[in-house]
Amino acid sequence: MSGLLGRFEIRWHGRGGQGIVTAADLTATAAILSGYYAQSIPTFGTERRGAPVIAYNRIDRQVIYERSPVVEPDAVVVADPHLLINPKPLIAGLKSGGYLIVNTAKSVDEIRGIFKRDDVKIATINATKLAMDVLKAPIVNTAMVGALISATKILSLDPVIQAVKERFPSRLVEPNVQLIKQAYELVKVS
Amino acid sequence: MGKVLPLGGNYAVAYAVKACDVDVITAYPISPQTTIVERLSEFVANGELNAEFLHVESEHTALSVAIGAAAVGARTYSATCSQGLALMNELLYIMSYIRLPMVLTIVNRALSAPINIWNDHSDFMSVNDSGWIMMMSASNQEAYDEILLGYRIAEDPRVLLPVITSMDGYIQSHVVEPVEIVSDEEAISFAPKRRSWVTLDPDKPVTMGPVGDPSYYFEFRRQLWEAMKESRKVFDEATEEFAKRFGRKYSAIETYMLEDAEVAIVGMGSFMGTIKAFVDRARRDGVKVGALRVKLYRPFPSEDIARALSNVKLVGVMDRALMPGSAAGGHLHHEVAFALRQAGLETKTIGFIAGLGGRLLTMDNVKQMVNVLINYKDKTVKELPKEPIFIGVRE
Repeated sequence: MSGLLGRFEIRWHGRGGQGIVTAADLTATAAILSGYYAQSIPTFGTERRGAPVIAYNRIDRQVIYERSPVVEPDAVVVADPHLLINPKPLIAGLKSGGYLIVNTAKSVDEIRGIFKRDDVKIATINATKLAMDVLKAPIVNTAMVGALISATKILSLDPVIQAVKERFPSRLVEPNVQLIKQAYELVKVS
Repeated sequence: MGKVLPLGGNYAVAYAVKACDVDVITAYPISPQTTIVERLSEFVANGELNAEFLHVESEHTALSVAIGAAAVGARTYSATCSQGLALMNELLYIMSYIRLPMVLTIVNRALSAPINIWNDHSDFMSVNDSGWIMMMSASNQEAYDEILLGYRIAEDPRVLLPVITSMDGYIQSHVVEPVEIVSDEEAISFAPKRRSWVTLDPDKPVTMGPVGDPSYYFEFRRQLWEAMKESRKVFDEATEEFAKRFGRKYSAIETYMLEDAEVAIVGMGSFMGTIKAFVDRARRDGVKVGALRVKLYRPFPSEDIARALSNVKLVGVMDRALMPGSAAGGHLHHEVAFALRQAGLETKTIGFIAGLGGRLLTMDNVKQMVNVLINYKDKTVKELPKEPIFIGVRE
């Protein structure tokens, strides 16, 4: 098992159509394949393509009783750079020492300038560019899973790839695995 | 040990229904239930499940067809919620009083108006007089296991009643967590197809559901009353046997840290998990709080509840549905208060109404409820609030 110590909670921010719920599902599936207990929690509204979407993960070595949304995440993943215009809800509740993982062309320092938090680790990845290169579509969910596990080390690459194989139609497996591996390598953390 | 899969509650239930080798599925989609019947239609289409999958034009028809299917001896399944369950209402009573077994899953959702697809227990509670055995799960594993328990209990010749299994919409139906699934052989061995009831058969003609005039009708009511009572014994046997075979023990109620509790929260469904987590924290701060989850709602486990709460000073009963005009506020409070009174206990109660129409329930809400209980625990009955307390509502 990789580096999961106690409870680890994640909040995903994206927009409808980017596959945020699938990203949380993949993360939970990979965690369960790693022998952990995990939840993937979508939030449901009147689903519209393009509208802000939030999803959550809880991962633990023990059974999780809680059923409410994550309030103080250990990691926040921002899958859409356009969401940065309103940074407050993105950073809300993020634990000191936690991780903020952003899909952006900007540098870590520029992102830190937006959020003004010195007590969290910031990770950047240009996932939109990677997805356009590999998938020819701006669907960044799998790239962000790769960035997440690389930055936080909560899960290793193998169970994530296994999760993609189990949950994706076969024609989508190879490009998404490639995308995850690229994001895993290219993410910058500071 | 079965196979552990990451499953949302709806898919978990679909796997369980497949494992129970149902013969007829009647389906009409409604959020958040839809992916149960969607997954089942895939199982039928790809040959993993040999069943008649009937797309019908309404929930009213879904249950009408289910009655017909069960009447000829088929193992029958359907799922619905909210307005769909409301549309089934008249057939619910017909199914139970003809004494036909089936399993129906409710994916708990609020009732209109205003239109609301989110979770509460309004739909579940609205059918609590319909003569069905009713259970509510609190995890996806339990939602899966309830299907196996459901068929075993429903088709037991001492029972012959339809069974409602349920889970919270979205909070369980669409949340992925680990679920251990058993093999089809193990499921059928636990819940064998018994064809134990009177069926429609041209060689042995019977009439089902005719007029019951005043000289007969009352006796049908009385017989169902007895069958419902008897079903409790069968539920206990089934859960014992389930624990032996699969290692997971369910009871009519689940108690948590009640032994020395001064105050306790009683409730149903998945949010009781968050309440348990709160109890863990509060106990570390020395607060003597406990929790009780009602799993089996019909037949209602009054004696178990009274026994478990006999030493508690004050109980807060959390209802996630409203009984407007009732002093109890909600159905569960009504039942629990009556159970305590019948047992001759001094235990006092306060009703909480919480989380209607998907209103977010958090740890803070639990804290709020527990604080109310602590404030009132040493007061007399006369000093307690005369109405339920609404948690998390804008006044």
